[in-house]
Amino acid sequence: MAHEVEASEHDRGPAPSSGLAVAVADPVQNPGLPPHRPRVTDTDPKKMRHAVRTVYTLFYLSIAGSIWAIAAYMLFPIEDGAILAIRHNNLFIGLGIALALLAIGIGAIHWSKAIMSDHEQIEPRHPTRGRESTREAAVQAFAEANEESGFGRRTMIRNSLIAALVASIAPGVVLFRGLAPFDSPDHPNAGNPVELLSHTMWKDGMRLARDPSGVPIKASEVTLGSAFHVIPEPLAELSHHDGYLEEKAKAIVLLMRLLPEQLHEEEDRKDWSYNGIVAYSKVCTHVGCPVALYEQQTHHLLCPCHQSQFDVSRGAAVIFGPAARPLPQLPITVDDEGYLIARSDFTEPVGPSFWERH
Amino acid sequence: MSTATVTEKPTTAKDKPLGGRFVGATANYLDERTSISGFIKELGRKIFPDHWSFMLGEIALWSFVVVLLSGTFLTFFFQASMVETHYTGAYAPLRGVEMSAALASTLEISFDIRGGLLVRQIHHWAALVFVAGIGIHMLRVFFTGAFRKPRELNWVIGFILFILAMGEGFTGYSLPDDLLSGNGLRIIDGMIKGIPLIGTWTSFLLFGGEFPGTEIVGRLYVLHILLLPAILAALLLLHLMLMIINKHTQFAGPGRTNDNVVGYPMMPVYMSKMGGFFFIVFGVIVLVASVFQINPIWNYGPYDPSPVSAGTQPDWYIGFADGALRLVPPHLESVFLNHTWSWNILLPLAVIGIFIVLVLIYPFIEAWITGDKREHHIAQRPRNAATRTAIGAAGVTFYAVLWAAASSDLIATHFWLTMEGVIHSLQALLILGPIVAYFITKRICIALQKKDREIALHGYESGRIVRLPGGEYIEVHQPVDEYERWKLVSYETNEPLVVRPNAQGRIPWHENLRSSISRWFFEDRLTPVTQTEVDEALAHQHHNLEHIEEEETAEIQAAHDRAGVPDAPLVATEDRVHETGNKPSTVIATDDKGEGWSGTGGGPKKD
Repeated sequence: MAHEVEASEHDRGPAPSSGLAVAVADPVQNPGLPPHRPRVTDTDPKKMRHAVRTVYTLFYLSIAGSIWAIAAYMLFPIEDGAILAIRHNNLFIGLGIALALLAIGIGAIHWSKAIMSDHEQIEPRHPTRGRESTREAAVQAFAEANEESGFGRRTMIRNSLIAALVASIAPGVVLFRGLAPFDSPDHPNAGNPVELLSHTMWKDGMRLARDPSGVPIKASEVTLGSAFHVIPEPLAELSHHDGYLEEKAKAIVLLMRLLPEQLHEEEDRKDWSYNGIVAYSKVCTHVGCPVALYEQQTHHLLCPCHQSQFDVSRGAAVIFGPAARPLPQLPITVDDEGYLIARSDFTEPVGPSFWERH
Repeated sequence: MSTATVTEKPTTAKDKPLGGRFVGATANYLDERTSISGFIKELGRKIFPDHWSFMLGEIALWSFVVVLLSGTFLTFFFQASMVETHYTGAYAPLRGVEMSAALASTLEISFDIRGGLLVRQIHHWAALVFVAGIGIHMLRVFFTGAFRKPRELNWVIGFILFILAMGEGFTGYSLPDDLLSGNGLRIIDGMIKGIPLIGTWTSFLLFGGEFPGTEIVGRLYVLHILLLPAILAALLLLHLMLMIINKHTQFAGPGRTNDNVVGYPMMPVYMSKMGGFFFIVFGVIVLVASVFQINPIWNYGPYDPSPVSAGTQPDWYIGFADGALRLVPPHLESVFLNHTWSWNILLPLAVIGIFIVLVLIYPFIEAWITGDKREHHIAQRPRNAATRTAIGAAGVTFYAVLWAAASSDLIATHFWLTMEGVIHSLQALLILGPIVAYFITKRICIALQKKDREIALHGYESGRIVRLPGGEYIEVHQPVDEYERWKLVSYETNEPLVVRPNAQGRIPWHENLRSSISRWFFEDRLTPVTQTEVDEALAHQHHNLEHIEEEETAEIQAAHDRAGVPDAPLVATEDRVHETGNKPSTVIATDDKGEGWSGTGGGPKKD
């Protein structure tokens, strides 16, 4: 055995470099394994018997836990739908299973620690690198295969094969274009993400309605300091098949009324508000969370996801947080019956930025 | 005990195979068809070293098994479909509400299937423990240098497992299609759209059209239960195989060298310990799942792009990414070449990306600096690799700040701070925290090395105060025994690289770089203790202790003589041990049995 080990060490190539490590000329000597310290179970037969008893008691306890879990499955029905029943079902089945598992685990580990031999054993380590002879044989295998196939020599065969293999992957990749739809007669823009991202369902004359009921909002109902969560009136009619969520994800709007003198509007947007009522996209320009929190006193909008803040009195400009652009404004006015209506779609894409945005 | 029984049996019943005729016949049947005896011979009594920290990886391994088991149960009931239904199940508040089949079936699992909620909660808790287990196991491997040759590749595999585990977590979290998970997907969608060139189309293909679409749950489901688990399981197998091939590292200790493994055999000790630990991990997860609620989707309701609740947070392991998004300063976006560059997305992505890559390739960086090509099987004590430990502490601090930033709003509301103040403080901490952590950790490591050296050479403080004849008080230092000393002194050190011109008489730039980094790494170091130093220190110490004892004896004898009782014992008898004033020197703490302090090796061990 000893000879084998020595022989193999010579067979493992030159000693590797130790780099910057410093060899100590006179290192402290390894004292070797300390003497074994017997455990109480090694010296005292009574303690050993006790440990054995503990282990099998735990295993029996585990059986009891399993039986309890099955019993709890039957004893705690949830069919009446009461929350309390579900809580009991969850708790008592869980406790039974937990007991069954923990008792096995603790028993097994106690067995290994207190009863099984605790004499440390030593096993030699060998270098991970294969023996020189093995490595040579491996190289030889490649060399022979290369010789017999001409893989290294016949470069035309080899290179054309590599090219063919690479090219054969391409159709598989192309097929994944089908993950998203193409344009179709019914949906002329279905395969054009830039077009879809650039428009919402807002149109000139479309009434602003409450989210989610779809009840239109009169200008007179928007009292000073109030804020409305708004959707386009026809949205509520849409079913999920017709893209309710997709349209809603773009069209949601926040409506707020400020004192007209608090609004600092740009010249070309003076007519986008009505009597101090302004409407802004509710989709954060950062990564698209709904900017749902309105602070009435300061006229700030706060996105709860990443804390971007927008100043409604100044065109919803970013005043804090990771967002870069102001919330897009929806131009509004009122119709003959006093309902708030949009004057057009948003004039820029809503929501997070994207590459083709400009 | 078990080895004794194994060797006894064949002698008492020679013709009977181990375990009886049936087991013997079965084993024979299998071996003649599979050669499994060779496998058992190799692995059956393989030695594994023992240390509590080697258990951390097991937590990850076993919680993954729990995730697989509970997840398989859930697949029998979950419908990965976004088809619209009206909920008709047992949970009254949501009855009649329009929602996707995914959410409806998740609610059904929770409220209509007995034990279903339990399994769902087991699955979620086990997933959290899984990622946490990997993280803490990685920290152990990093701080003990267990990633050094030949284990660099296994570090890389393990780190990929960590990333995959987070991917599994996120895809799983998004499956129920509830309000919270939908918001999480919204954020992912927004981030993807911010990626130059491919972002818009990536999002479009992923969601099968516009966000949210009706495809994403089904697609994430395939990733969650097929693709990612298959890769994960394959890499996990590779990870464990490499562990067996390389053999586990062990900590320095008496009898342990770089060329051996000291510990207990696979069968029976580790079979029992590891197997038992699986049941403990499983049991604890079940216990937590039966007592603590997690992800109550019924409170959130179906996904709708409009509502969101304040204080929303992702699962803990995604927190660092969310925090990175939050810490970006405002207005970071520009239009260049008629395209939008979302620096507020790209910056955090780059920061996280660089962080991940640095962690991934750290073993290779350190190997390049040290130039050490030897195999290392002894796990280092973190203090003995001060610079690495300090770098690790800096990395942990960096991660922790990003992680805390994911709760910036909750920190602000809970501690009555301003949102802006919290964000600005965390922004500053993100830069300063790692630097401070680095220097503090490095100094602590070096101080601990000095303490080790002090204890190895001059013994530990025994707590025994002695007054010398001259009136001076000293505390007696007892030498540690040789086994303890070995743990303190058996490490090697590295010296900074001194660059020398190569054959062409030039110094290549990368050697200059390596030299300066190696200076940064190894400038501050202690020389390892040598055997001569130990011997000298021991001799000196023995001399001192003997001298104290002699003087003591002489003084006691003189006192006895003066008192006219020259034959009185020099050492307090058993029943008078607790009395004082027996000796000229005042004993504050005594050895047991009143043997005095003559024994150098007999003192209490410092553990």
